[in-house]
Amino acid sequence: MGVIIEQFPLFVLGFLGTVRLCVFSAVGALVLGTILAGFRVSPVPPLRMIGTAWVTVFRNTPLAVVLFAVAFGLPELGINGSYFYFGVIGLTCYTAAFVCEAVRSGINSVSAGQAEAARAIGLTFSQSLSLIVLPQALRTVVPPLGSVIIAMIKNSAIAGAFGIGGDLFANGVQLTSAQGYAAVGALTGALLGYLLLTIPGGILLGVLERKVAVAR
Amino acid sequence: MSTSVLYDAPGPVTRRRTLISSGVASVIVLVVIALVIIRLASQGQFSAERWGPMVNPFDPSFLAVWRLLGQALVATLVAAGLTLVFSLVIGTLFAVSRITANRYYRWLVVGVIEFLRGVPVVIAIFFAARVLPEVGLDLPILWYLVIGLTAYNSVIIAEIIRAGVASLPRGQAEAGYSLGLTRGQVLSSILLPQAFRVMLPALISQLVVIVKDTSLGFIISYEEFVRTANIIIQTLHNPIQTYAIVALIFIVINYGLGKLAEYVERRLSRAKRTAAAPADPATLDTAATGGG
Repeated sequence: MGVIIEQFPLFVLGFLGTVRLCVFSAVGALVLGTILAGFRVSPVPPLRMIGTAWVTVFRNTPLAVVLFAVAFGLPELGINGSYFYFGVIGLTCYTAAFVCEAVRSGINSVSAGQAEAARAIGLTFSQSLSLIVLPQALRTVVPPLGSVIIAMIKNSAIAGAFGIGGDLFANGVQLTSAQGYAAVGALTGALLGYLLLTIPGGILLGVLERKVAVAR
Repeated sequence: MSTSVLYDAPGPVTRRRTLISSGVASVIVLVVIALVIIRLASQGQFSAERWGPMVNPFDPSFLAVWRLLGQALVATLVAAGLTLVFSLVIGTLFAVSRITANRYYRWLVVGVIEFLRGVPVVIAIFFAARVLPEVGLDLPILWYLVIGLTAYNSVIIAEIIRAGVASLPRGQAEAGYSLGLTRGQVLSSILLPQAFRVMLPALISQLVVIVKDTSLGFIISYEEFVRTANIIIQTLHNPIQTYAIVALIFIVINYGLGKLAEYVERRLSRAKRTAAAPADPATLDTAATGGG
């Protein structure tokens, strides 16, 4: 276990790497997922099809396969970048499908009367969605969205295993395989970093859940 | 979609507008798809040389590739099946101990569950594969994967079962106690069987997660789909094609499981509505024999 103290700076660097990866991916996934959810409830059939296809593909494919497909596929399309960049894209595309489903179920949970009232005063589809339904849906959606993001933080370790480097998992593994530290210590160090994100995240989520809870 | 509360049944103007935006959206989508296809074609991604081993039965590599993929499928299903069985058993034990634990050591059970829920699955698998051999437990790679996956999935299943027990009407447990059943008997012969039934769709959905997570076996060189794909790519140099096929296989399996979960859910909710009356005496019957 001494490795955690000896190599503390490396763990801190890895922690910051993981945080950076997660922040980029979370923002991307929230934005993309909300747009996809809008697609899935829209009156335009081709948009609904895009939303449904996205969710079907990315929810049913393992993240590891998505990451490899992104890393091999994008360069063929002329999009080049670092593995970090590919990791963010893969994690964003994958998580967006789950965000989309969470937001969509939130939209469905807003009572029909709200949307009907919006329509009755003459709001259009996009107005009633953005002014009436989504603001209310986002409150019900906070708990499931939080779980999605916490799951994403844990999934970011897969991006580390896939080789983006510089995150907690990669640094932990490097200590055991390249520098010969015992696996227990190095992996525990990496694990503590993840728990430092996920456990307070869970507690924060619980607090937030009680705060935004709406009686329906 | 006239049933949606978000918009009215469209009038002529809206119908025209929807038609136009559908047209525009379709054109944009088709253009993007076409651009991707043209780009891929210009890189030679649709050549027989790259797709042949995957789809052409007369290609010399076809049999070898699909034998590898078949082995990967078996490896994936074995790992997922074992994980499911162990997770169900251990998850039930977790759920029962969380429900029956007295307050002096409930925090311990809750702590273990919350801890395991926060651990990334990759780390659990890697931990099993690296640490168990260090303490002298040498197992085939399959078991490291199963142990890692079980560590995570058993606590998720425990929470599913606990939610199932909590969703049952109080009367079920009370009826059991009033018949003189002990706490353990009420749990094992009244609450758990019903909880499994109620939570069957959620359990099937969890199986999707397990099947997907077996793909993480690649980090410990377990020859599931991702590892196998990487082996195929080393000889055939066709990553896009191989990953397209692998992704398709996963989508078929998991989409099927997802549909099965929906079907079971529909059946259960239908059964609840129509067969509620005969179901109750049946439960009482079991309880009576259970109480002997």
